[in-house]
Amino acid sequence: MQLFLESLFNGVAIGSVLLVAALGLAIVFGLMGVINLAHGELMMLGAYSTYITQLIFKQVSFLKPFYDSYVIVAIGIAFLVSGTVGILLERTVIRRLYGSPLETLLATWGVSLILQQFVRSVPLAYASGLVIALFFGLFSPLFISDDLLHGAKGKLIRAFTWGFSALLGVATGGILSSLVSKLSRASARNVDVTAPSWMRGGIDFVGITFPKTRLLIILITLISVLVVIFFLDKTAWGIRIRAVTQNRPMSDCLGISTETVDIITFGIGSGLAGVAGVAVSLLGSVGPNVGGNYIVGCFMVVVLGGVGNLLGTILASFSIGIMTDLIGAGRLLTIWPDMPSPLYSTIDFFATTSMARVMIFALIVIFLQFRPTGMFPQKGRMVES
Amino acid sequence: MSIFSTKKSWINLTIWALVIALIIAAPSVLPVFRLNLLGRYLSLAIVALGVDLIWGFTGMLSLGQGIFFALGGYCAAMFLQLNSAGEFPNGIPEFFGLYGVEKLPFFWEPFKSSIFTLISIWLLPAIIAGFLGYLVFRNRIKGVYFSILTQAALLVFFNFFNGQQKLINGTNGLKTDVTQLFGQMVGSEIMQRWFFWISAVLVILAWFFARWIVRDRFGNILIGIRDDEARVRFTGYNPVVFKTIIFSIAGGFAGISGALYTVQSGIVSPQFMTVPFSIEMVVWVAVGGRGTLLGAILGAVFINYAKSLVSEALPASWMFIQGGLFILVVTALPEGVLGWIRKDGLRKLLFLIGINKKLETYPSLEVDEQGEVKS
Repeated sequence: MQLFLESLFNGVAIGSVLLVAALGLAIVFGLMGVINLAHGELMMLGAYSTYITQLIFKQVSFLKPFYDSYVIVAIGIAFLVSGTVGILLERTVIRRLYGSPLETLLATWGVSLILQQFVRSVPLAYASGLVIALFFGLFSPLFISDDLLHGAKGKLIRAFTWGFSALLGVATGGILSSLVSKLSRASARNVDVTAPSWMRGGIDFVGITFPKTRLLIILITLISVLVVIFFLDKTAWGIRIRAVTQNRPMSDCLGISTETVDIITFGIGSGLAGVAGVAVSLLGSVGPNVGGNYIVGCFMVVVLGGVGNLLGTILASFSIGIMTDLIGAGRLLTIWPDMPSPLYSTIDFFATTSMARVMIFALIVIFLQFRPTGMFPQKGRMVES
Repeated sequence: MSIFSTKKSWINLTIWALVIALIIAAPSVLPVFRLNLLGRYLSLAIVALGVDLIWGFTGMLSLGQGIFFALGGYCAAMFLQLNSAGEFPNGIPEFFGLYGVEKLPFFWEPFKSSIFTLISIWLLPAIIAGFLGYLVFRNRIKGVYFSILTQAALLVFFNFFNGQQKLINGTNGLKTDVTQLFGQMVGSEIMQRWFFWISAVLVILAWFFARWIVRDRFGNILIGIRDDEARVRFTGYNPVVFKTIIFSIAGGFAGISGALYTVQSGIVSPQFMTVPFSIEMVVWVAVGGRGTLLGAILGAVFINYAKSLVSEALPASWMFIQGGLFILVVTALPEGVLGWIRKDGLRKLLFLIGINKKLETYPSLEVDEQGEVKS
């Protein structure tokens, strides 16, 4: 029983990191048929945002009393940072490539290379300045009335907002680099996020210790999933997103602005990558390549779960997580110690984290022989094309 | 029609003569270091040809060619290690001793034979590619799903090779430059020169082979699969067969390429199976020109050469340049450089910057120097 609980908890913990990382990917893939290879790098940005938030809370005097709650602030910041970069990516690159998913794959890979090198060679203070400039530049037109924007002086106003945002960005960069000396130099080294005191240690329950960071990650995942489900099911834009996912040309005919839907979806998907980045930063050190460790797991979730179905994504993440724990930690051997020897040696051979991935991939390929389009395939005539 | 009757044939002949002269002369002109680099890049051109066959002609974007590339490399490296392992205990390569392995794992046994190795370098990757491909194509998994699966397969192979110290020396890989072949060090200058020539000849042979594949009806079906697979199926062809065949051919190409690259770089390691390297292969083809076999070769050689030059001068900037190149090629030059030139891109560019006169006929016909329209 104890063993079962422990195994289940570990599996759910692994699965929830996968789930929060794959959630954004799955939504975007379902809507646009686009695989975003830069998703891992958006996670990386989220993880770096956590690091920067933590440093700011540590260094700035009036924020210091609230140091313990920086993780919660970081979730919001990471969402905004990754979301902003994601929207920029959609506006500049991806929207030119609709209808050619393979080209998008390559272009987003190019973006991921640039982002990786960017955090290596640009001081983090100025990088955050740039993100702030982009954030205000992209979003400030939303708060200006349409008449002004499309009027005679529309271009001037736009130029003015961008100039203002740029100034704001430069100012942020300057202030940050003078306040926090660690952010003022570029460094390719990995950085560490230290968990606040209330998150260290674990909770004892029926003789098992549950680490608090893992519990927090499960909580973050749970909240993200609930918010996404609420957003997709209950809000007007959520319903529009689902409509476009099901049938893009028809939704367009019915007056849904598919362009806006794309922006919103991509922004949310990227923002969720940022939230996943916060979770990842709590588990290990943060470096330019941190996203790469998780991205293939996310792809497997998307392939296994099927397109455009949240339930599939959830089930796929947890089953991959539990399988990873069962195989990788060699739990099958503990559960059934006296199994026949050829089977024993086979399972023993796969009982490491990396070999567990090999096994899981093989299992997924076998699964796809029976259900080629995942657990919950999309139905309808449009599927073939 | 005789080969020498038209002007175009003469140009072709001159180009060929020039290429052959360059290949023969290269070792005496280039310094050893550059020659070695060029040889490596030529061997990479072979894997690029394979990528062009499956992506440019058949429309399947494989992000996992590194698997087959590394497999070819491992075959070649193990053969070399086994044949110069005489002085080590138990007569097996040195690294086995470090992990307490005393007997050669059974699957390495046949690699003591040179003929078996020469065949398995291309046949083994081809069989594995064919098998994996069949499992995927059979279920009509295509497009992005195929790309993701190949990438996942790549990571799986990487994990496997990285973790198995006792069988294949894990993350350290197999070294070849201090092994012996024909009584010579593989890393020696004279051997490297021969490997350069072998690579150059094999690139040309691979190019002819690829051209032969795509020229006839087989090639037409491949292009048909790329453009509309459902129609090919409705016309009575089975796309699975064609896709499997072309995927395993590309796998074989990758294997040959990997073996040549290994003996010239002196080591094969799981690093050949990293995700970025396999995607780079696709980019060489994308930049050179998809569906133009020559573009794949030129792309592989030139981009790698640029990479080594830029990395020597400004190590940090190559990632930016490479990333920018990806985005630029995909958004602005979807046909690649060679495809763009073939589609009259050069003249359009000259016109844009105001050097050349715009043609007044529509559709644009060929105009000779006097401005008269040719028939």
